[in-house]
Amino acid sequence: MATEVERKTDIGPPSYEQFLHPIIKENYGKWKYHNNLGPGVLEHVGETGSIFTVRVSSPRLVSTNFLNMIMDLADKYSDGYFRFTSRNNIEFLLANKDNIEPLKQEVEANGLLVGGTNNAISNIVHTQGWVHCHSAATDASGLVKSVMDELAEYFTSEKLPAKLRVAVACCLNMCGAVHASDIAILGVHRTPPKIDNQTLPNLCEIPTTVASCPNNAIRPTSIEGKTTVKVDEDKCMYCGNCYTVCPAMPLADPLNDGVSIWVGGKICNARSEPMFTKLAIPYLPNNPPRWPEVTSAVKKIVEIYADNAKPYERVGEWINRIGWPRFFDMSGIEFTKYHLDDFRHAGTTYRRSLHNRY
Amino acid sequence: MADDLNTPLLDELEKGPWPSFVKDIKSLAGKKEMAKDLLRQLEKSYEDKRGYWKHGGLVGVMGYGGGVIGRYSALPDEFPGVSHFHTLRVNQPSGWFYTTEALREITKIWDEHGSGLTNMHGSTGDLVLLGTRTEELEPTFRALTEKGWDLGGSGSDLRTPSCCVGPARCENACFDTLAINYNLTHQYQDELHRPMFNYKYKIKISGCPNDCTAAIARSDMGIIGIWKDDIQVDAKAMAEYVDSGMDIQGLVVENCPTGCIGMDGKEINIDNSNCVKCMHCINVLPKALSPGKERGAAITLGAKAPIVEGALFGSVIIPFMKIEEPFEEMHDLIERIWEFWDEHGTSRERIGEFIERVSLATFLEGIGEKPLPQMIKAPRDNPYVFYEEYFAEEGEGGK
Repeated sequence: MATEVERKTDIGPPSYEQFLHPIIKENYGKWKYHNNLGPGVLEHVGETGSIFTVRVSSPRLVSTNFLNMIMDLADKYSDGYFRFTSRNNIEFLLANKDNIEPLKQEVEANGLLVGGTNNAISNIVHTQGWVHCHSAATDASGLVKSVMDELAEYFTSEKLPAKLRVAVACCLNMCGAVHASDIAILGVHRTPPKIDNQTLPNLCEIPTTVASCPNNAIRPTSIEGKTTVKVDEDKCMYCGNCYTVCPAMPLADPLNDGVSIWVGGKICNARSEPMFTKLAIPYLPNNPPRWPEVTSAVKKIVEIYADNAKPYERVGEWINRIGWPRFFDMSGIEFTKYHLDDFRHAGTTYRRSLHNRY
Repeated sequence: MADDLNTPLLDELEKGPWPSFVKDIKSLAGKKEMAKDLLRQLEKSYEDKRGYWKHGGLVGVMGYGGGVIGRYSALPDEFPGVSHFHTLRVNQPSGWFYTTEALREITKIWDEHGSGLTNMHGSTGDLVLLGTRTEELEPTFRALTEKGWDLGGSGSDLRTPSCCVGPARCENACFDTLAINYNLTHQYQDELHRPMFNYKYKIKISGCPNDCTAAIARSDMGIIGIWKDDIQVDAKAMAEYVDSGMDIQGLVVENCPTGCIGMDGKEINIDNSNCVKCMHCINVLPKALSPGKERGAAITLGAKAPIVEGALFGSVIIPFMKIEEPFEEMHDLIERIWEFWDEHGTSRERIGEFIERVSLATFLEGIGEKPLPQMIKAPRDNPYVFYEEYFAEEGEGGK
């Protein structure tokens, strides 16, 4: 059947073993401890030697030119071995400690930053935004660039009370899963879907579309003899789930789309249990290319946290200690009816004790 | 070089200390019409404050239902370079380790067949090749598989599993995260490439409760390292921390969530029976403390982002299991879960929503696991119990 090279399928990813530095192979599972050698630089000490990690910023959306530049540096300084972290940082894995300084200098000469370790802001996990997504309420790459330009000093230093994880998602689908970050920047739609009754009957399956709505706001209806749907706009909370299953119900609305800010989530189990992020600012306008309202709001939260939290206290732990009323006082963020939950299990967020600070 | 672009808003993002994606995409603009029109369309989005991509599109490679995301510009006449802008998800190696030799093969393929743009990496873990035309999908796939690479998941299938750096470069790994990630990915190639589930199923693997892959928040199934016995103490290293003048009382003892740490001079005393394995003391004192010797993983199920019924964290389904090659116990567990979810779940229902709908008790029964107090924060506080055992008068048949 095959005329040329046989077509391969289901071969799976290559084995990671061939990509491990010899020092890593020797000490695999035998690491004893690690040393922090300053922002962005770690030494992991194993039974037969050390591997030195230099962590570097990345926009995540990167070209082959960018990768070739990174790989030239890896060939020169880390025997061709490198990796990426779960937050999209680049990590060079060095056998030779003497290569750390020249690598750092060359990284910086190429417009990148070394940092993101320990009590720092690490790379912002983010989504595609207007670069590649159909449902984005805002851009992701531009927001991240604008926010990190303001916060770069917290990437290249370790002066925060604890690590600080920032994430961006450009709509409620949250491909960036921002619901457990210290600070989350979330694109929001604020108006119901605009139904295209001309194309909907051909594009969408009515029962699936009706069932997609968590608030039962979508009902079948008939227009000029064709079955389509209508939306009870009072019930719509602009989640966009209908648009995911039915392309004829877009939510994009340049006048009203924007950004919300969330705080206090965490993932790791250290000290306190994992926590969801909570709403801080319900809406800020989309103001490309620099989103000044968003960057100043995020910077202010970071600075108040940096000034007031105790060592090792994450944003959510700090707020739990001082209480939400104080957080709103200190940050100057207005508390509104939008902060009161009205979805499933909303009551679990109400104050059901007299444990308040006055 | 890219003067004809006329993108004044985006040009603003070339300034500042953080690396600029605009500058980077412009570096491709000399050789790629796709990169040019991507910037031009993005500039229009910045002007108009809205995206210009169409909704989806059924494209793929032969025999696979997942791994390719179709994307078309909504303004193909204005921006013909991105009239097609499809994405390929390439299954990343465990732990995102690369050699330059291997990754250069991919950049070469992508320069030849696509836009030259990537995401290193996507949220689920894949190496994302961003932007190519329909007719290039199959040739790209062939070139990738020739070099030993395959596609990851998309749609209602097993999504590409991902894992933390694990024993490759971390002293806290409680099992071999890279090995089991590699094993599961290869074991379930069919489930990964051919969507036949109710909805997506994400697996994330973290070697300890620090959970660097965010398994508890972002995966339908989390495999998170844990230990059962005592934290290991290196008394000499502990004494060195004390001698260094570090505030052990304030930074470690007072931050222990169960108050199970005490200091006696230079000696640390841990009431391990009350330790909840939070990792704080180990994180702060890496030279002196390390996880115990009886290591394995806890399995969590059900994490997801808000759509549809609200965001969920994963909850503990298996409080502890050994994670050892050839991982057959894990295969057995995964297959029991999939079978029950497949049989009783509804379309587009994630496993977390499914468990909430049918109840944890029903789910556990369905997969053949016994209820354990480690699975809950507290027993129910309402009296609406579905009793299944009761007495009946003789002759009427009880249960």
